Amino acid sequence: MEGDLKIALIGNPNSGKSTLFNILTGLNQKVGNFPGVTIDKKTGFCKLPDNRISQIIDLPGTYSLYPKSRDEVIVMEALADKKSAIHPDLIIFVADASNLKRNLLLYTQIADLKIPVIIALNMMDLAKRSGIEISSDALALKLGVQVVPISARNNDGISCLKQAILNSSKIPLQVDSIEVESLAPELIRKIQKELQVDLPYVALQLAHQHEQLSFLNADENKRISEIENEFAFHSQKTQATETIARYNFINDVLFDTISFKADAKLETISNRIDKVLTHKIFGFILFAVILFLIFQSIFAWSEYPMGLIEQLFVWLADTGNSLLPEGVLRSLLIDGVLAGLSGVLIFIPQIAILFAFISILEDTGYMSRVTFMMDKIMRKVGLNGKSVVPLIGGLACAVPAIMSARNIENWKDRMITIMVTPLVACSARLPIYTLLISLVVPSKSIWGFINLQGVALMSLYVFSIISAVVVAWVMKYILKSRERGYFIMELPVYRMPRWNNILLTMYEKVKTFVFEAGKVIIAISIILWVLASYGPGERFDTIEKKFESDLYTQKYTPAELDRLIASAKLENSYAGVLGKSIEPAIKPLGFDWKIGIALITSFAAREVFVGTMATIYSVDADDKHLESVRQKMQSARNPDTGLPVFTTAVAFSLMIFYAFAMQCMSTVAVVYRETKHWKWPTIQFVYMTGLAYVASFIVYQTLK
Amino acid sequence: MKLSQLEPGQSGVIKEFTDLEMSVKLMEMGCLPGESIVVERYAPLGDPMAIRVSGYQLSLRKLEASTIILQ
Repeated sequence: MEGDLKIALIGNPNSGKSTLFNILTGLNQKVGNFPGVTIDKKTGFCKLPDNRISQIIDLPGTYSLYPKSRDEVIVMEALADKKSAIHPDLIIFVADASNLKRNLLLYTQIADLKIPVIIALNMMDLAKRSGIEISSDALALKLGVQVVPISARNNDGISCLKQAILNSSKIPLQVDSIEVESLAPELIRKIQKELQVDLPYVALQLAHQHEQLSFLNADENKRISEIENEFAFHSQKTQATETIARYNFINDVLFDTISFKADAKLETISNRIDKVLTHKIFGFILFAVILFLIFQSIFAWSEYPMGLIEQLFVWLADTGNSLLPEGVLRSLLIDGVLAGLSGVLIFIPQIAILFAFISILEDTGYMSRVTFMMDKIMRKVGLNGKSVVPLIGGLACAVPAIMSARNIENWKDRMITIMVTPLVACSARLPIYTLLISLVVPSKSIWGFINLQGVALMSLYVFSIISAVVVAWVMKYILKSRERGYFIMELPVYRMPRWNNILLTMYEKVKTFVFEAGKVIIAISIILWVLASYGPGERFDTIEKKFESDLYTQKYTPAELDRLIASAKLENSYAGVLGKSIEPAIKPLGFDWKIGIALITSFAAREVFVGTMATIYSVDADDKHLESVRQKMQSARNPDTGLPVFTTAVAFSLMIFYAFAMQCMSTVAVVYRETKHWKWPTIQFVYMTGLAYVASFIVYQTLK
Repeated sequence: MKLSQLEPGQSGVIKEFTDLEMSVKLMEMGCLPGESIVVERYAPLGDPMAIRVSGYQLSLRKLEASTIILQ
């Protein structure tokens, strides 16, 4: 579906662009990729009052068309390249009314690209409360475009905005802001002529940005470089001149369209909150408390819904077993598909809760204060204050977190952030941790409110962050710097979170997890079922013949015999052979071949470990008793010694292994795409697996 | 006088920049010559700092602030 009209949303970060996007499109949105780069492309559809359908594209927030990061290049590519699939017919420029002057800088740049544009003057309520009065009619008159006052948070003015879309013309009507040609007359004329560019401002932008724009071919790129040299074009000087000229124009425009009243209550409130939240002592205590609260809540709140999901699958398996005829199909459906599916769905509650917290922190403006407080420490270890966001995002999933590292302009800071983010305990480790903690740590409370299991989990999280920091510090000395880093960041005013926005985020993250990770998990569950149910050569026949002999039939009851056969079959299946072949290498870590199988399969994704355990043990154990994976692992005994397999030493060794090892194909893929080089994911994979092996070895040998 | 030398609560007016590359970014964020700046606070560890400029709060490192010369 293309829609009748393509509309791009453009604006500064924190201008409320995403809120407006959510209001316009609702659940009618999808997340994809921009061609060539990996940032999320959010598109959606919106029905206009005349029943036409418009496609809405949410472009990344930026302060100017001169990109500070790869993310922001997309805006220029979409607007300057008429052949681009996301080249809009109309732009809705979302401006923060409480900070109009700075917002209009980007507007004037956009306006010079001569695409029809409407200004959505957002946060009018906020502006009023801070004592700012804006005459939107006067502004419209001066700029020659429609200006619609809205408040996206309160859902105000949206129907007017939709009406404005209907009223918009197909040709750009905005007035010119500055004399673009005068910035570099000969250069602009020559680029316009040689590359057949209609607009002077596009020609100028090509000169500034040609090296980064993907729609230019090598010849065009070379030609622009030559023209630049010919006229001794100085990109930064020209940018400075342009920016000052634009602000002069903006000052003229705003002179009689905006007025300020003295009392600004909102700022003061925000300032007062900041005095506490970024206080020398309280600030850090509060941050620690918030982190602690999040992890306690994940444990406490997710217990009930997870129990329900567990019960549902036990019931489904029970029903399946009684309804379906015994055979390959039943085995595939119940032991392969259903087992994998439950391994995916069981973690929805935890992911939803974690993302609810993360999006509340983002939404209220607290996240940028975290960055503000942490910058100095982070810089010491070779990271950037902005690295806090990917690292905290890494608590949920390394894949989006690594992608969010794009916001770090500095190459070295970004690379180090990408390299250490997978060390942070992500939600895919959560299933493994919860499962193993519940096996070996008693569910007891100390002082009545602190759950021991919660403490164990939190320690793992803290440990993961410490290891990320240590590795980052080491890398600071290994990596060579390429460019300088900035830390110029807006601290938005504190605001109440928007609950429907948070719900939408939770929905979107869960959906992504279920469909992206879920696909892999179920596919691997099925492959595993095959690996565990079939063996090389005649081995399975031999086993059956062996156990048919009188020696066994007289000694064991039929039930015991079944179990022996199943166990022997698994040991001789493809999976068993594979697991056994790596057993010598992993024995010093306390792992047996069953764990070996899980290690192999979870190379694809860590959470597969649990699915694998489910499959292995439901194939292995007595089929009549439908116990949960946890109970099966608890009752697992070493066939030689009769002792439990999952002792404290093994469980912790395993958790530490997963804490370090890069057991995630999606992360490997995303690091490759972000760094555009196989070198980085390879280094990452090797160093992480090496660390995992050494650390697990130490843990097992100490605790044994 | 450099911006980085101000104490919280003190203010000044931007005169010029000592670093061209930084100045482009700063101007995009509203730090223009002639604009007045109030230092709101320093981060708990002394760096970065939060300033109020053209009606909003901006945080920047002291090193970056030292490229802004005040009148």
